[in-house]
Amino acid sequence: MAYGSILNFITFDDPMANPFYPFGGAYNLPFDISYKLWDIIGGIIAWIINLIFPDNGVSQWLISAEVSNAFALIIFMLIIFIVVFVCTLLSLWMERKVLGRLMDRRGTMIGLKGFLQCIADGLKTFMKENTIPKKVDKMTYMWTLSLVIGTSVLIACMVPLSPRWFVVDYGTGLLIIMALFALAPFFILVSGWAQNNKYSLIGGMRAAELMISYEVPILIMIATTCLLAGSFNIGAIVDAQFSSTWFFIPQIIGFITFVFCATAEAERVPFDIAEAEAELVEGWQTEYAGMKWGLIMLAEYFRGYVSCAMIVIMYLGGWLIPFASAEVNGLVPEIVFLLKAWFVFFVMIILRGALARVRTDQIVNIGWKVFMPLSVVNLAIVLVLKIGGIY
Amino acid sequence: MTGEKQNLSIDNGTMDTDKMWVIMGPQHPFSHGLWTLKAQIDGEIVTDAEPIVGYLHRGWEKECENRAYPKIIPMADRLCYAASMTYTHLYCLTVEKALGIEAPEKAKYIRMIGDEICRVQSHLMWLAAVGTDLGNLTVFLWAMREREYFMDLNVRLCGARMTTNFTRIGGVRNDTTDLFDRDVLRCIDRFEKAVWDIIALIDDSSIFVSRMRGTGYLTREQCANLGITGPAMRGTGVDFDVRRDDPYSNYDKVEFEVPVLKDGDSYSRYLVRIEELFQSCKIIKQCVQKVNALGKSAPYRLKVPSKVPAGRAFARIEDPRGESMMYLVADGTDRPYRLKVRSPIFTNVSASKPLVQGSRIADVPVIMAMIDMCLGETDR
Amino acid sequence: MAETLQNPSVQQIAEYLWHRFEDKAVVTKTEERRVYAKVQKGDIFDVCRFIHDTLTFEHATSVLGNDMVDHLEVVYHLTNYYTGVMIELTVDLPTDDLHIASVSSIWDGANWHERETYELFGIVFDNHPKLERLLTPDTYEFYPFRKSYKLRGQP
Repeated sequence: MAYGSILNFITFDDPMANPFYPFGGAYNLPFDISYKLWDIIGGIIAWIINLIFPDNGVSQWLISAEVSNAFALIIFMLIIFIVVFVCTLLSLWMERKVLGRLMDRRGTMIGLKGFLQCIADGLKTFMKENTIPKKVDKMTYMWTLSLVIGTSVLIACMVPLSPRWFVVDYGTGLLIIMALFALAPFFILVSGWAQNNKYSLIGGMRAAELMISYEVPILIMIATTCLLAGSFNIGAIVDAQFSSTWFFIPQIIGFITFVFCATAEAERVPFDIAEAEAELVEGWQTEYAGMKWGLIMLAEYFRGYVSCAMIVIMYLGGWLIPFASAEVNGLVPEIVFLLKAWFVFFVMIILRGALARVRTDQIVNIGWKVFMPLSVVNLAIVLVLKIGGIY
Repeated sequence: MTGEKQNLSIDNGTMDTDKMWVIMGPQHPFSHGLWTLKAQIDGEIVTDAEPIVGYLHRGWEKECENRAYPKIIPMADRLCYAASMTYTHLYCLTVEKALGIEAPEKAKYIRMIGDEICRVQSHLMWLAAVGTDLGNLTVFLWAMREREYFMDLNVRLCGARMTTNFTRIGGVRNDTTDLFDRDVLRCIDRFEKAVWDIIALIDDSSIFVSRMRGTGYLTREQCANLGITGPAMRGTGVDFDVRRDDPYSNYDKVEFEVPVLKDGDSYSRYLVRIEELFQSCKIIKQCVQKVNALGKSAPYRLKVPSKVPAGRAFARIEDPRGESMMYLVADGTDRPYRLKVRSPIFTNVSASKPLVQGSRIADVPVIMAMIDMCLGETDR
Repeated sequence: MAETLQNPSVQQIAEYLWHRFEDKAVVTKTEERRVYAKVQKGDIFDVCRFIHDTLTFEHATSVLGNDMVDHLEVVYHLTNYYTGVMIELTVDLPTDDLHIASVSSIWDGANWHERETYELFGIVFDNHPKLERLLTPDTYEFYPFRKSYKLRGQP
């Protein structure tokens, strides 16, 4: 082949026909997109190399099945992250605008109705001096920070947006998300110790206190939902809601309780006691400056997004449109999912605008004396429904 | 729970707990100004506390000994920026007393209008601070928005928003105008409706109420003995208001009520301040009517000599934050020999140890917010 | 005359003070809701105790110092919460003996006023729980509000 047409290199193969396709039998839209993107990029490179050095091995290597798959996976990761990142920035922007309107002001005003303020803030924090206090335990200080941010980004990326938009199709999806979600308070606790600052220490302790009182009801409610759906798999949970009703109808108690618990899990007002700025300056974040603080803020919004996504998956029918057939549901399930998640986030913003921060003893009180019994009642109701054969 | 301190003590038994001193301030979100609260905490519970002030001490009283009497008026403005007219009023009252004169009727009413506008402003700023101390920014911005309207009233009255330099020895700088009369009524009518938004946001929310109820509890005797004055005192059951019980200017000629609650916790102090907002509006309305009844030609300022005869005089008034007093020793020259300011916050903050002891560290901002810190007048 | 008076009038206060202390606490002037009295240095604690316990003056509005060059003064302003009556007590202190009994065991609110007077005038309040500098730094070795301490430009 002295001269090959470009169409010999860009073939738009079906990624699922690739023997190294990583998702088994399930179709994956972002992988499809990234596979085809690599097809274009790699194909053009291979074609150009082939023009200069006809019949070389590199061109063939670039468009081989293994290499296509590997590069497609890299692009796939980027796509997944960028989509989640933009969604998070959008929720940040929404918080600023909605909170602004609640408070009788305009919110951010820079570019694209204020959206570019996020970018300005990001640039600002990244260009700040990276100060590290002298007396901190440096290794722990940096590692815990990385782990808090890392786990938050990881779970945010792991949330599937639709049956065709996922990273890994877990059999135990909800449980793994929950496990990673609950890891962050440990790191916050350790980070509070490492910073050698009394405010951080109290903040870290409070994070642990918060986790102890909210993990248990949350896990009970997750178990209840899984019991109702008969599976831990996120896709299966949503499918169960398609075949019956959305789960907030049978477990309305659980839904309301879970909204509050998820708010606490994301450490947002009224449950942001770990960083109560009135008495603890910034709580466990006190000694983090510049870029580190910016990343922590971003991680918090990632966690807020995950909380909302969990509520949507467990109670609001995931990517389903109400009263729509399977065909209609299959059109743009990702957009439907994100709209629902943003709606839940909107409710959280309203809560933030209207409520004050609760005290630590009140949080433990509510957690153990109100939410814990309510989640058990919710479990009992679901058990009755399940035994009665209604679901 | 009302009227009784929550039992927050921990039975440590044989457990050995370490206590820790947390230095809150001078750069701390809860200290609205430059002061420090050293709090000793056992876990989350405050076991000991010590307030530290003096970061803003600028020798105000000593400075005054070096200035002619009228030149002290702008300085008195700066004692507390949230209630500047109150302090100029107090200063002028003291000097007038030493001179043995009284301001004209009209000036008295205009001064009262200024005082009450400042009281509303100051209370709204306090309300904003309570919002942030409880972790809610909405209250902060709504209260600041309402305060802005009263700032505009200040502009209509004297041309300045904050440091007004309006009261003069022997009267006030200028008369009220028709525009002011129109705006003051509009503003108050609007305010009396709009403030219910904020009140509803706080009072109807059990989180807000539970954060305030039962915290910072004091008995009436403790409160009187500690020298706490102002709304914090009236929320603790002491039925005393200088405006009513020791009237100055023309406060004996207007009708108003003094809200007193006996619960003695932060929530009752909050309720007292909210009620005072409405009472202040009532006083402003009456004063505007009385000023108009006196007519345009009534005098509002007396000519006064520049030298004050030797002697002593003191006056006290009800500041938005408590009872403030000035004590003047004159020696016959045009400068005061000694001028002492009794600031309400100075005494109130000295009581912070009994106020915060035994409460949780999360409640410290709320309890101290009910004192309504203002460091300009505390450190002088 | 031992019973407690909750709402003493100005005349009653003058009478009571005269009966109890005679020339140790001389009422110099009375006005509407105001009583001015001059107290001997050694008797201030007893007078204050009597005013607090018997005449129900629950509130110490202020305690202030005053430098009259040839002597110093301490002035107490005390308030009755039921009537709004105020008593002003003036105590002269000779410059060579600036000691006076502290009243902060009677009124806790007088605590900081006495500390302030101590640091600004150097008047020592005996039996004060914590007589330290409050507004000025601990390192100051002078008393800034005395007339001997001149500001710039002050004659």
